[in-house]
Amino acid sequence: MLNPYLKLNPKIFDKDVEKKATRDGYGEALIELGENPNVVVLTGDLSESTRCEEFAEKFPERFFEVGVAEQNMAAIAAGLAEGGKIPFISSYAAFSPGKNWETIRTTIIYNHSNVKIAGHHAGIMTGPDGATHQATEDIAITRPWPGIQILVACDSIEAKKATIEAAKIKGPVYLRYSRDKSPIITTEGTPFELGKLQTFWLSENPQVSIFATGYILYYALLAAKELEEEGIKSLVLNVSTIKPADEKGIIAAVKETGAVVTVEDHQVAGGLGGLISEILAKNFPAPIEFIGLQDTFAESGKPEELIEKYGMGKNAIKKAVKKVLKRSV
Amino acid sequence: MGDLSEEKLKELELKAVKIRELIISMLVEAGSGHSAGPLGMADIFTAFYFHILNHNPKNPNLVDRDRLILSNGHIVPVRYATMALAGYFPIEELKTLRKINSRLQGHPHAGSLPGLETTSGPLGEGLSQAIGISLAAKLDGKKFHTYCLTSDGEHQEGNTWEAVMFAGKHKINNLTNIIDRNNIQIDGFTEDVMPLEPLREKYEAFNWHVLEIDGNNIRAFVDAVRVARAIYEKPVCIIAHTIPGKGVDFMEKDFHWHGMPPDKKQAKKALSELRTLQGKIVSEHE
Repeated sequence: MLNPYLKLNPKIFDKDVEKKATRDGYGEALIELGENPNVVVLTGDLSESTRCEEFAEKFPERFFEVGVAEQNMAAIAAGLAEGGKIPFISSYAAFSPGKNWETIRTTIIYNHSNVKIAGHHAGIMTGPDGATHQATEDIAITRPWPGIQILVACDSIEAKKATIEAAKIKGPVYLRYSRDKSPIITTEGTPFELGKLQTFWLSENPQVSIFATGYILYYALLAAKELEEEGIKSLVLNVSTIKPADEKGIIAAVKETGAVVTVEDHQVAGGLGGLISEILAKNFPAPIEFIGLQDTFAESGKPEELIEKYGMGKNAIKKAVKKVLKRSV
Repeated sequence: MGDLSEEKLKELELKAVKIRELIISMLVEAGSGHSAGPLGMADIFTAFYFHILNHNPKNPNLVDRDRLILSNGHIVPVRYATMALAGYFPIEELKTLRKINSRLQGHPHAGSLPGLETTSGPLGEGLSQAIGISLAAKLDGKKFHTYCLTSDGEHQEGNTWEAVMFAGKHKINNLTNIIDRNNIQIDGFTEDVMPLEPLREKYEAFNWHVLEIDGNNIRAFVDAVRVARAIYEKPVCIIAHTIPGKGVDFMEKDFHWHGMPPDKKQAKKALSELRTLQGKIVSEHE
């Protein structure tokens, strides 16, 4: 059942559940953050799709359009942070941190600079633009950065909270956002807990722990509901903070069940699956199945079609649960 | 920045000699590092730290200090030597360059040593950072000036031109870019590896104002900076022509770096000798 203490959206399993894009949460957060005179926003020719337009209109002297120049955007942000500002750099994750990975490493990460990197259009959910614009390795390439904090919201409401939280963090933050409208899972009353795992779906004597990050958590909840009807009990955990990971919480969640499935709109290498594997291998090895892109590029298409085709939907998750249960003692 | 009297100029020239000596002994002690660029830029660094910059060696975080950003981070030995001579830290500490637990990292890391402002090494990122610092200064109504040192070679990095375009658009006039035009890079002469000329015209096309000077002439440099600071309708770039390895006896006598050398094979050998200070150090790029 849905965790009653988290005040999750009671209409979440409705056919016409409310849908909103996580990138909208970013845009709304920027307007609130704009009240702080030190917050500045930069974009690389993507102000509308990364939802900076409203901030640009309201606070024009603190908005910088750098054009199609992501490396310049990152290093200028580093300079602004050096001057005491809190810069948010906005582009598609494929380009930032994709294209400007080294610039961010040298000018932001290595200096523990107070820059917030907003990686939009993450995952295959980006859809029709195709693989060139679908960032599917971005968590893998940012996770190893020492001192970075990585936040991935499961819905638009959480995305707004995460963005606002990021401004309070002293140091670099990577935030992942997706393009399409996705189901609202939380409510305003759901607490956002930085660095903490949250159990969104509870069961008595659960058999499997399903970790999910981002909008795709919704599919994990759908799978958990159907599995329960089939007699398979599970936990669904929202990993909204990829780094620093809630190691204690993760280990505890796996000790309850002894079997794991990870779910992400990302390659199976190096993202959430990698993170959970690393923690478990060191502390509490358990059988694990990975839902994500199976070492392939996706393609143009509608998000729902792509999720199905590339084995990341509700049925794929259910199949993975049954598979991992066969291996667990 | 006050006037540069003949007396003050002579003082500065003597300081530059001292800095060159410190660079050489520092590199020999470290056993590795870059020599040509640092030696060539010793005059400009002298001018900055002993005449131009509003700064306080005993207070590297002075709020309204002028900012000096080093984009071509590999020449940091000249910065370390100059900072030590200016009193930022003891001269003996120069012996720790590139060694473990040292504040003097092989390429400058802002967090390791107060006074460095930024981290650099991978080329092409300093001008952007300098722009960010200049923008923040404008937002806060700060009056300090930001100087960015870049190398000619790093103009091959695309992101340098992203920065140049941006500064031209925003008319960033509290920033001056100084290019160390020494014509060399790792694989040879810049004009052979990836030609930069016409460099002046490129900057002018991006709406910068360009000055060109002899970068080993302290008075010429100081005068250029004075002009740069007076120009407010465009960002200013000073192309400083320097002699790589300037001041090192065996190089100055044996070899001329102005224009094309008589023999390319000789040029390669001499460059290699300079890079390794005649075998006393391991050049980064051997």
